[in-house]
Amino acid sequence: MSDFFDIHRQKLAQFNAQFRKRTQFASKIDIPADLFAKCESCGEPVLHEELIRHSYVCPSCKHNFTIGARTRISMLVDNARFDELDPELSAKNPLEFPDYPEKLLSAAEKAQELEAFVSTHAEIEGIRVAIGALDARFMMGSMGSVVGEKVTRLVEFATKNNLPVVILSASGGARMQEGIFSLMQMAKTAGALSRHAAKGLFYISVLTHPTTGGVAASFATLGDVNIAEAGALIGFAGPRVIKQTIRQDLPEGFQTAAFQLQHGMVDLVVERAELKTTIARLLKFHKKAGERHGG
Amino acid sequence: MADKFIHPWERVQLARNLKRPTSLHLIKSLFPDFLELHGDRLYRDDASFVCGLATLEGMPITIIAQEKGTQTQEKIARNFGMPHPEGYHKALRFAEQAEKFNRPILFVIDTPGAYPGLGAEERGQANAIASSLARLMNLQVPTIAVVLSEGGSGGALAIGVADRIWMFENAIFSILSPEGFASILYKDASLAKQAAAVMKLTAEDLKGYGIIDQIVPEPGAGLHEDYRDSYRYLKDALIKEFALLQRTSLKRRLEQRYQKYRAIGLAAAEIDLLLESEESPHESPEGPVENQGDRPLRT
Repeated sequence: MSDFFDIHRQKLAQFNAQFRKRTQFASKIDIPADLFAKCESCGEPVLHEELIRHSYVCPSCKHNFTIGARTRISMLVDNARFDELDPELSAKNPLEFPDYPEKLLSAAEKAQELEAFVSTHAEIEGIRVAIGALDARFMMGSMGSVVGEKVTRLVEFATKNNLPVVILSASGGARMQEGIFSLMQMAKTAGALSRHAAKGLFYISVLTHPTTGGVAASFATLGDVNIAEAGALIGFAGPRVIKQTIRQDLPEGFQTAAFQLQHGMVDLVVERAELKTTIARLLKFHKKAGERHGG
Repeated sequence: MADKFIHPWERVQLARNLKRPTSLHLIKSLFPDFLELHGDRLYRDDASFVCGLATLEGMPITIIAQEKGTQTQEKIARNFGMPHPEGYHKALRFAEQAEKFNRPILFVIDTPGAYPGLGAEERGQANAIASSLARLMNLQVPTIAVVLSEGGSGGALAIGVADRIWMFENAIFSILSPEGFASILYKDASLAKQAAAVMKLTAEDLKGYGIIDQIVPEPGAGLHEDYRDSYRYLKDALIKEFALLQRTSLKRRLEQRYQKYRAIGLAAAEIDLLLESEESPHESPEGPVENQGDRPLRT
């Protein structure tokens, strides 16, 4: 048990050291080296170049490829070299949950990230924002202590520096392996946002596939504007749990982005390729009087 | 009871004991003048929440409680204490009303969790909980939340953002039910006992972590056997603590409330010392960073 943890720590430290050298370069690390990618949905091969040009959406079937937090951010900000906030935080095992250190390690290797949330401050069409993204490839983008802490620090950073916040969510919810500590991050992140809001600052939440559970029930649905990425599954309980509870099949289109729009839970449904333009437009509406001629 | 080890699974059983008193029993015993008020003014009256007014030593307070019900019919009517979004809207309506009239609030938590159903999703369960969390963090009046029996997941935490969180000795408070936890992590709900042992869901564990502030003792075999001493203890503690909170300035109270939740999980977010010592005029791991306005990009 403690051996696992030591190995985990060492590997993460090594990983972190290598990683730090290239943090500024939000290169296309999501893409395997081969020339073609196969669509996860329709199976059609897509040229990588073409995939990037199509914002990681399959040109044949419009399926949104799963993309990592770093790529997410780089697709929105003006300069893909960014100064990451709190890159050094990585998870402990507060409940001493068996296998958790190994899970963290394999998640880190898979996602090439130390944790499930990446944050920075950068400009979107010339407007400075505090921006962060969850990484669905890292333990389903689940929120444990580190994600809660990083989200909170990002929001506090924005509050202190009078910046708007943009957060892109992709998460199965609270991270079970950290139990109650994960749960309490919901209060912590929501609390930080309430202070940001009290200062009259603007928050855009982008809910991408999937956003459920404790993340949906905390910072992800608290945007002044909530944007659902087209095709995303969004909800409190996952479809399987609901099905078990009500013992009947779920209606067609249940918990999709379109469903959430229809039920008044999100302001907009936006295609992935249109996200940057839409966010920039919203940011411009919220520039303070003194800044209107600046950017 | 204090020195004896009780397996967390036994606490789960005690918390769920069918004879254990529910919120309404507690409220009526402590506050004979309790007047229940209903409705969220939006959709319907969610009976899994009981809200109303009472006095504590002559001081008007607002009570917002989750109620599971006792008899079968009542349990069904109260959806076994699992609120829909309208329940959280109702709770927030009464919380904001308390703020208007400067009344302290007692929250009583007792739910297996927020209800995961079709209507709940259609009416925005996630946002109902999130809004409650955010709003209660800056609610201006003194607030105390008490976990009576079961505090299950976000559905419980939604009214668990308060100046103080207390728990009854045999209550549990967790990210999920032990059954749900076991079904997700062990792929077998019948391993709930094993799950309960690792989840740190007892009052004692949570006090140890600083997640809750105080334990309401249950002398004897549990509340279902003897509630009088526990209730008396709670009432005295409420009188004392509300008085203390009212003497604390608003600014300080809200700051303390924020910092209490802010600190949770910090120790579980490891800071890599190796890398901290390396260069880095960068962030201090302790908190928000100074001089961040225009930090140069590192190249």
